[in-house]
Amino acid sequence: MEGDIAQMGQFIGAGLAAIGSGAAAIGVGHVAGNFLAGALRNPSAAGAQTATLFIGIAFAEALGIFSFLVALLLMFAV
Amino acid sequence: MAAEAAEGGGLKIAPMDQFIVKPLFGGDTVAWYTLTNATLWMAIALLCVILLMVMGTRSRALVPTRTQSVGEMAYGFVRKMVEDVAGKDGVVYFPYIMTLFMFILFANVLALIPMSFSATSHIAVTAIMGFGVFFSVTAIGFIKNGTGFLSLFWVSSAPLALRPILAVIELISYFVRPVSHSVRLAGAIMAGHAVVKVFAGFAAVTAVAPLAIGGMVAIYALELLVACIQAYVFTILTCVYLKDALHPHH
Repeated sequence: MEGDIAQMGQFIGAGLAAIGSGAAAIGVGHVAGNFLAGALRNPSAAGAQTATLFIGIAFAEALGIFSFLVALLLMFAV
Repeated sequence: MAAEAAEGGGLKIAPMDQFIVKPLFGGDTVAWYTLTNATLWMAIALLCVILLMVMGTRSRALVPTRTQSVGEMAYGFVRKMVEDVAGKDGVVYFPYIMTLFMFILFANVLALIPMSFSATSHIAVTAIMGFGVFFSVTAIGFIKNGTGFLSLFWVSSAPLALRPILAVIELISYFVRPVSHSVRLAGAIMAGHAVVKVFAGFAAVTAVAPLAIGGMVAIYALELLVACIQAYVFTILTCVYLKDALHPHH
């Protein structure tokens, strides 16, 4: 056995923080899926809403990025 | 710390080593004037943008050459985005947004060349752009609307009792913007490149090498998509923030 309990905590914490990335993936999938569902109902209105789609994806993704950042900080900065 | 841990096993995968900033001409110290691989690849990105735009606009032919039509497409794409999202009065700030888009797009795509350096994977690079957008947009908001800009935080369509709570939330989300704006780009590029490196590490094991190389090709194609989409997202969010600054009323 080598290393110490603080390092173990770091790695476990980084792994836990990575769960947030999965949650963001669910959010992004939700946005894209709902967009597709709406777009197939009214394809003529879909083209104008692609920008909104990307903004929605970006906002859903932002919080996942934060958890990714926490994981990175735990691995490399703490 | 993680690199030390990785060296324990027989398989050495150091996915984050590619992001180390190294001086180009020897030595170890990195001062603000040192030429590093980061500055080199940013300069190359800048040079490519300038080349595309100068070569594209040189002849100004009625029937465009390939370079000219690529330049025109990039110009028209960003121009339309600014007009659609930020409105007609946002077009004044089009050069700034065009500069951001072209630089991020070229830096992202050039970073996909093997052995190159991904400048946009560094939060130091993206934070400069993110905070630049944040400060300039806030300044534009106060200059254009005066104290009326603060009505951005006072949601007049909500019930009166809810408004102070919403104001706090809006204020927090406003100040988190530059962080998420810059970390999104850096995080997406960094994560993608680290994944490619991890697959490259697996390719050293003969048993899984074909699988790893196949995975790398797939991830590479995804990375090309991500490189373009992240440039688009950064730009369109800049337009959204600009719209908020020009028209703060809900």
